[in-house]
Amino acid sequence: MAEAAKAGSVAQAPLPTWPDEIYRVLKNAGIRQVAMVPDAGHSRLIRSFEADPETRVVTLTTEEEGVAMLAGAWLGGARGVLLLQSSGVGNCINMLSLPVICHMPLLMIVTMRGDWGEFNPWQIPMGQGTRPSLEAMGVIVNKVDDPDLVASTVQGAAHLAFNTWKPVAVLLGQRVLGAKNFKELARK
Amino acid sequence: MTANPNALLHRRDVVSELVRDRADLLVIAGLGAPNWDVSAAGDHPNNFPLWGAMGGASMIGLGLALAQPKRKVLVITGDGELLMNVGSLAPIAVEAPKNLTIAVLDNERFGETGMQKTPTASGVDLAAIATACGIRTSRIVRTMAEVTELRDLAHEGRGTTFAQIKIHPEALPFVMPPADGVILTSRFRQSVLGDEALYN
Repeated sequence: MAEAAKAGSVAQAPLPTWPDEIYRVLKNAGIRQVAMVPDAGHSRLIRSFEADPETRVVTLTTEEEGVAMLAGAWLGGARGVLLLQSSGVGNCINMLSLPVICHMPLLMIVTMRGDWGEFNPWQIPMGQGTRPSLEAMGVIVNKVDDPDLVASTVQGAAHLAFNTWKPVAVLLGQRVLGAKNFKELARK
Repeated sequence: MTANPNALLHRRDVVSELVRDRADLLVIAGLGAPNWDVSAAGDHPNNFPLWGAMGGASMIGLGLALAQPKRKVLVITGDGELLMNVGSLAPIAVEAPKNLTIAVLDNERFGETGMQKTPTASGVDLAAIATACGIRTSRIVRTMAEVTELRDLAHEGRGTTFAQIKIHPEALPFVMPPADGVILTSRFRQSVLGDEALYN
């Protein structure tokens, strides 16, 4: 009872709307395959796709599998999206040769760690290396730090990827996602 | 006289049999010798031979099989290529497209780099890994009769199939397909999707 009363008394921040906006934008872009290694920041979007009978959601063991899978999808005429965390970008590097050299579209939506507000030092190397390593491989990178600009950034990235046959990554910054703090969570 | 049960198969005999009377079979070839083998059996617009992207062949096959459920997809790759992303067998087993077959030409060697041994030379059982992931039709193939059976399974597409085919570690002349990824991609898409693929 006391717990319930306490929970009820906490003012609930309104849920962000951008995950639903990404879902709508990706549906409009004709996405049929979702390849992903989950991240908390993508959880609502993943639930939307899992509830969608038109979309196949494939859980990967490592992110480069998704780069390869979506190349296969494109060869078969299907559009897909790769959902991953910034640490997973590092796993993709050599496999990005495939869409780059074959002029295939690849849409990646990357939730950032190791960036604004980070508490875990082990997230810093890959977080800070995310953009330069993607760009070194020839991926076009669009970072978004304003929740109001998420939908238009993803829409533009999808348009760019599928109409110009380029790999494009949208980086969702920690200002959008909220910086995770396990130390605070552990105290609760 | 019976055939020696331990005799190793010849890779180009195996591949020629797998793609025999291929009709509209779609073939992904892993980098290195499997690419040259598939090309030696006849370059074809429905082949997507890889010159890189090591570890990606099986997942390309998965994405393609899901995108084209009415077509049969055959991935022909090597033991080294598969081992680089052997975890791929987990999502493939989970998705289980009926129209996907993965045929691993297992010479127990990294053939392009000096014939160094791969883990399969020490007994790593890829077919058992595939079985453990949940691919129900998973086997080690040692005879041409079994290759023919595998060919029929791949062409009929009645369930995700995995085969580890024990082959001779022979080095054969290269037979190369086009190396330009744009040509390979465009001709494959045009063949599978029609001329519309060129316009979007």
